[in-house]
Amino acid sequence: MTPPPAHTAPLSPPPGPSSPTLIGYLWRWLLGFPFVVRVRGLAMGTVSWGRALVTAVPFLWLLLFFGLPFLVVLKISFSQAVLAQPPYTPLFSWAEDGIMELRINFQNYLLLVQDSLYWVAYLNSLRIAAIATVCCLLLGYPMAYAISKAKAEFRVPLLMLIILPFWTSFLIRVYAWIGILKNNGLLNNFLLWLGVIDEPLPLMHTDFSVLIGIVYSYLPFMVLPLYATLSRMDESLLEAAADLGCRPGKAFLTITLPLSMPGVIAGSMLVFIPSVGEFVIPDLLGGPNTLMIGKVLWTEFFSNKDWPVASAVAVATLLLLVVPIVRFQKAQEETTRKAEEGRT
Amino acid sequence: MRHWRPFLLFTVLAFGYAFLYLPIMSLIVYSFNESRLVTVWAGFSTKWYGELVHNDQILSAASLSLQIAVLNATGAVILGTLAGLVLARFGRFRGRTAFTTLITAPLVMPEVIIGLSLLLMFVAMENVIGWPATRGMSTIVIAHLTFSTAYVTVVIQSRLSQMDVSIEEAALDLGAKPAKVFFVITVPVIAPALVAGWLLAFTLSLDDLVVASFVSGPGASTLPMVVYSSVRLGVSPQINALATIIVGFVTVAILIAGYLMHRQEKQRLKMQ
Repeated sequence: MTPPPAHTAPLSPPPGPSSPTLIGYLWRWLLGFPFVVRVRGLAMGTVSWGRALVTAVPFLWLLLFFGLPFLVVLKISFSQAVLAQPPYTPLFSWAEDGIMELRINFQNYLLLVQDSLYWVAYLNSLRIAAIATVCCLLLGYPMAYAISKAKAEFRVPLLMLIILPFWTSFLIRVYAWIGILKNNGLLNNFLLWLGVIDEPLPLMHTDFSVLIGIVYSYLPFMVLPLYATLSRMDESLLEAAADLGCRPGKAFLTITLPLSMPGVIAGSMLVFIPSVGEFVIPDLLGGPNTLMIGKVLWTEFFSNKDWPVASAVAVATLLLLVVPIVRFQKAQEETTRKAEEGRT
Repeated sequence: MRHWRPFLLFTVLAFGYAFLYLPIMSLIVYSFNESRLVTVWAGFSTKWYGELVHNDQILSAASLSLQIAVLNATGAVILGTLAGLVLARFGRFRGRTAFTTLITAPLVMPEVIIGLSLLLMFVAMENVIGWPATRGMSTIVIAHLTFSTAYVTVVIQSRLSQMDVSIEEAALDLGAKPAKVFFVITVPVIAPALVAGWLLAFTLSLDDLVVASFVSGPGASTLPMVVYSSVRLGVSPQINALATIIVGFVTVAILIAGYLMHRQEKQRLKMQ
């Protein structure tokens, strides 16, 4: 039997006894990825150690520095803050007589439930992130649509102009809005000069300024996935609809909009999820009353030096974001699959 | 309806781009302002640029940030290429879902969570294996690599999936080793994506305040950390000058990239 080429080799579950013990199964699963498959490949004559290495290096890196840290956060969220180095109590400790003690402290989570500060911060983060996402969509969709309908030679420069602010410093772009929105800032001065208002509007340090900051910073993340789906759309569908007497407005609602949903979802998630935990924007543009969860976490960690509570805040935020993150991942896989289908 | 549609689309674009660019323009204009007050125009001056180039704190922070960004970008392209190959070429395998989760989650994960979790991880590692004894450049590079790899992977994976695999297959059929096929055929084809990924990782690293603040130690302040502490104290024209320099660099780089791409495209058309 000739071995199939390396890149199309079908990968079936690794061989082994038909009913492994639980430990054996765990062991195989732990070691099994991706090495069991490779060993079998070697036996069959397809040398795939290189492939195992290619997979293992990024996988182990992300496991060590992205996956494992969440377990550490989870662990520390159950410990107690102390004045020590590091500033939390260990979960396990050796008592006399060789007994190992496990101390799990639920205080931090109780605090999150009991203290209204955290509730308000969570709800406010979700609310501001949701409004910002809708605003990004309302502004970004027409822009992406207009770019995809522009003449071919203008499309790349127009896209470049969307991306360019993203390459300049995020911090500095948020800073620009301070000069515009503050009481004697550009916008107020302009409105006073126009005579629309008699005294400066309090724009800075409000939810409004935070909202503007988020929409401004995350707009490119909305436009790019939308453009990607809109530009891949099959124009002949719209032509067919027009030939059959469908009006452009209706064609947009029944063809373009549904077909662009993957882009809408990907873009919305790219805006919504990071905005929920945003720190820089509420810190620089928001006021003392703008409670957002990213800022609360930052304060717990840097000002109060309470690592366990900061960890509990992080765990609760993650729980809140699990559903949108999974949704985003599905959308991402969908687009990858479509791109691969398009190639074959 | 038909004939005013182009006008409507044009208005939308004009409004959108004005929203994106007016704030940046205001930064640039007021960096040349004589007055310290950002909102009052008091005549043209370049004195803030002079102060900026003599600000040792900003200069050393900029140099640290550039070193971190270069190391991070190079590492992220290597890790991202490997991960992109796995996702685009290896088909289904055990643990693929875990793998894609680890790749896509950093794209949307709030920065405060990435920063906190990595710091706690570093502290735990220090307690267990004694490394990293001090936090600073090395821990920042590791942290940046972790989230920028995800971005680079997406860029490289999409280029790999658009690529014509039949050339790779032909080389494999003719007996070339997979590693040779990769370096002789795949790398040149995906070179633009490698460059784009490198630049993306470079900017992500240069731009990061939150993660670096968590994982950095005493004495290691990156450029965003210095900018942030000065912005918190109030509006400062030196930051406007810095912003103008950054925008200038990025614009020139993008114009060069655009010109090169345009020339390549023209050559490709000529060859056909």
